[in-house]
Amino acid sequence: MENFPLLSAITFLPLLGVLIILSIKGEEEIVARNAKNAALLTTIATFLFSMVLWFSFDQTTSDFQFVKEAEWLGGGISYKMGVDGISVLFVLLTTFIMPLCILCGWDTIKVRVKEYMIAFLLLETFMLGVFCTLDMVMFYVFFEAGLIPMFLIIGVWGGNNRVYAAYKLFLYTLLGSVLMLVAMLYMYGEAGTTDIEELMAYGFDPKAQIWLFLAFFASFAVKVPMWPVHTWLPDAHVQAPTAGSVILAGILLKMGGYGFLRFSLPMFPVASEELAWLIYLLSCIAIVYTSLVALRQTDMKKLIAYSSVAHMGFVTIGIFAFNVQGIEGSIVVMLAHGFVASALFLCVGVVYDRLHTRDIDRYGGLVHNMPKYALVFMFFTMASVGLPGTANFVGEVLVLVGIFKVSTWTTFFALTGVILGAAYMLYLYRRVVFGELTKDDVKAMLDMDKREILVFAPLIILTLWMGVYPSTFMDFIHVSVDNLVTQHEAAMATYHAATETLAQAAGN
Amino acid sequence: MNDIFPNLAIAYGEIFLAIAAMALLMVGVFKKNSVNLVSWLSVASITVALFLTVVSVNGTAFTFNNMFVADSFTNFMKILVLVAAALAVIMSREFFREEGDDRFEFPVLMVLATLGMMVMVSANDLMTLYMGIELQSLALYVLAAFKRDSERSTEAGLKYFVLGALSSGILLYGCSLVYGFIGSTNFNSIATAISGMDGSAAPIGAIIGLVFVLAGLAFKVSAVPFHMWTPDVYEGSQTPVTAFFSVAPKVAALALLARTLYVPFGDMSASWGQVVIFMAIASMVLGSFAAIMQTNIKRLMAYSSIGHVGFALLGIIAGNAVGLRGVMIYMAIYLLMNVGMFVCIMSMRRKEEGMVEDIGELSGLARNHPAMALAISIFMFSLAGVPPLAGFFAKWYVIVPIVTEGYYTLATIAVLSSVVGAYYYIRIVKIMYFDEPAEEFVAQKSFPMKVIAIAAAFLVVVFVVPQVSTPVLDGAANAAQALSQE
Repeated sequence: MENFPLLSAITFLPLLGVLIILSIKGEEEIVARNAKNAALLTTIATFLFSMVLWFSFDQTTSDFQFVKEAEWLGGGISYKMGVDGISVLFVLLTTFIMPLCILCGWDTIKVRVKEYMIAFLLLETFMLGVFCTLDMVMFYVFFEAGLIPMFLIIGVWGGNNRVYAAYKLFLYTLLGSVLMLVAMLYMYGEAGTTDIEELMAYGFDPKAQIWLFLAFFASFAVKVPMWPVHTWLPDAHVQAPTAGSVILAGILLKMGGYGFLRFSLPMFPVASEELAWLIYLLSCIAIVYTSLVALRQTDMKKLIAYSSVAHMGFVTIGIFAFNVQGIEGSIVVMLAHGFVASALFLCVGVVYDRLHTRDIDRYGGLVHNMPKYALVFMFFTMASVGLPGTANFVGEVLVLVGIFKVSTWTTFFALTGVILGAAYMLYLYRRVVFGELTKDDVKAMLDMDKREILVFAPLIILTLWMGVYPSTFMDFIHVSVDNLVTQHEAAMATYHAATETLAQAAGN
Repeated sequence: MNDIFPNLAIAYGEIFLAIAAMALLMVGVFKKNSVNLVSWLSVASITVALFLTVVSVNGTAFTFNNMFVADSFTNFMKILVLVAAALAVIMSREFFREEGDDRFEFPVLMVLATLGMMVMVSANDLMTLYMGIELQSLALYVLAAFKRDSERSTEAGLKYFVLGALSSGILLYGCSLVYGFIGSTNFNSIATAISGMDGSAAPIGAIIGLVFVLAGLAFKVSAVPFHMWTPDVYEGSQTPVTAFFSVAPKVAALALLARTLYVPFGDMSASWGQVVIFMAIASMVLGSFAAIMQTNIKRLMAYSSIGHVGFALLGIIAGNAVGLRGVMIYMAIYLLMNVGMFVCIMSMRRKEEGMVEDIGELSGLARNHPAMALAISIFMFSLAGVPPLAGFFAKWYVIVPIVTEGYYTLATIAVLSSVVGAYYYIRIVKIMYFDEPAEEFVAQKSFPMKVIAIAAAFLVVVFVVPQVSTPVLDGAANAAQALSQE
């Protein structure tokens, strides 16, 4: 077992599923059924494989684990996989969400099922690659490659305005990423390596750090997304099929936050500290502004999309608090948002499948004929608001504790966001679920069936688990975050010492 | 080195191809209905020439009074040229079988053009340079106008000829200036003379001559501002000719450009650097913006090729072996993507209408011909430079040396223009996958065409696997080393 390339196996297992699905031939109906089964089995197998990580991950070290390295492109660019406490839970989140995604499109996707499943499996490989790789070039390759399946998922199986949304997603993300590419090339030229571990230890010139940070920021800020480059997200969410929205909210957005933790913070400590005000400012605007925008939405998916932007604002604030609480909190918020936002999109999907509209006004009084749905939806509304006992609460409190040590004003605006968040979510819930059941087509809607309950059950369990006993998850994160913060403080201390010496030298 | 009798061994490939072209011409003239035979024989001759080239060169060698050079750089580029030529002849077979108008001159002209390109790649003297270019160009002028009764084809041929002749004139004038001010036409002698007089103080006449030579070569690679002919010629020529145009002459001309700038004028890089930088930026930007509005797929590929040449020039700007390696990797991958794409373009055929070239005709292709749509989208994403496809690595290997040399602005412009380019490439994917299906195409029945398209798409996808990419990367590295040491 020692030499088994576990991470590579997890990452590339979905590709095996793709090959199997590609080989399916025959009548359309049979192909569709077999493709669905193959995709589901592959994602479940990937999940089971990744459970090995859960059980055999060593929580007492901040080193990278399960590391495998091989020659790749030569010249210091190698194939390198490995996880630490920061990335391991994202890998698990991805493998966990994927089977649910396949399940939620089970009956609703009727055209080109085979291609749909292939696109999702490809996307899974690319997303897992982003979290597993320890090489900068590989990171970029996986990070960008995910665009291709996502572009097709939105464009082929999306809503009416899908082409616009697909383009916007593709071009926005690509534009941000190519700037990151130039920065990566610079780093490669300077350090002569693309190994993430070595780059973390390299120590780039503080002046260059600012530019490098901004270039990476261009990419991650689009991905997170931060105000004002968030506008692709509502469009993409609204037009994407339900499973596409779930992936987008559940996993793809986390790549941005993960990128900040993996690259920006450890590699450009000085620039991170100096530009933290910018992050605070943009995040606060994002939290308050998008919350207000969310209040005015008439489209359910758009509302939740804007709420995602607000939640991700917490993540960025937490990361740039530069202390253990803030960073741990931001990771927990990301994971919690992965469960809760996914679930909320699934909730929208449930009613959308029945009435084929996302217009909030078309619903009302669902509590009367869909009690189970009303319960599930309420649970996740509360979770999204950050009710104690749910995962979001833990994360948000930690972020607020972390940021309060650094900036009280930022804390103030972030808290405003919590209140506004409660407002728009409860307002949404009231309009959809409560009230008189007057509309005939709404009256005819059936409650959730077994498949749908099966999709929600694991999400509910995890949200509660993480909310009630977060230590299970925090133990994974803690040592690595601690190490990240220590490294950061050491780097800053060196920097300050150096500038002081310089100042003294200038004074003399 | 100045033996009485020249060392023919290193030029066996060229000599063989020249004889083969004559022989094929004879076969075509004296044997009735021999088009098929001549075509396959020309593919065979190109293959033999490829084999001879590979085995006859070992290390760097000069011959014909140092006018002709062979080393691993020329080998690498000749392999690309010959592969592109052989594939183009094979593709043309299928095309003419469907379209009629099948004449034996076509493969013979292709062989002659290929011979010209091989001479260009091996040129080590301004005279060889000119001779190679002219042999290539004259054959290509005829190929462009090959469909005699088509207005578009004759227009393409005439346009190419008039502008090509002008550029040859400029090139020749440049050569004469260089000769006048430096006193030699041999690349190595020019290099010695220039390094002797301290680069910055090179006579102004030589600089003007260099710029003229550069302009002539830029015309051949269709770099902006000498690109005007490209879209019209690409659109007007028959598709297999366009496929040939888009790869082989570009490879040959870039090889020649690289050698001319590195060997004789290596010490004047300050003078030519800014010119090439301008051409690279202008080509990338124009290539990406002008393609947005195109509705004809061949015109779109023309602008795309202009953009790609801009990218390839980046590697030359870097001015070192790493940059040169980037250029070679770029051309190898570019060959793969373009040849594959043109096979797909040739498969755009309907029962009644025959060949169609409008991008809108691809509408909904994913429903009718899923495999072809998949192949085209692989090529499109790759041309756009989206990882993990080969096109990304092509761009990666030319931008790395640029950044290492400190051209940050240039690198940023390059990547931004690739984003603009992505817009029109993914538009084709959008048309194929998102739009409603148009009338079906005739299914591609030809076996070789299928093999070429599938193999190209497959290689573009698996380039990321080290076992596939290492031979190309190593070969290019050796070749670049060879050139930069001369």
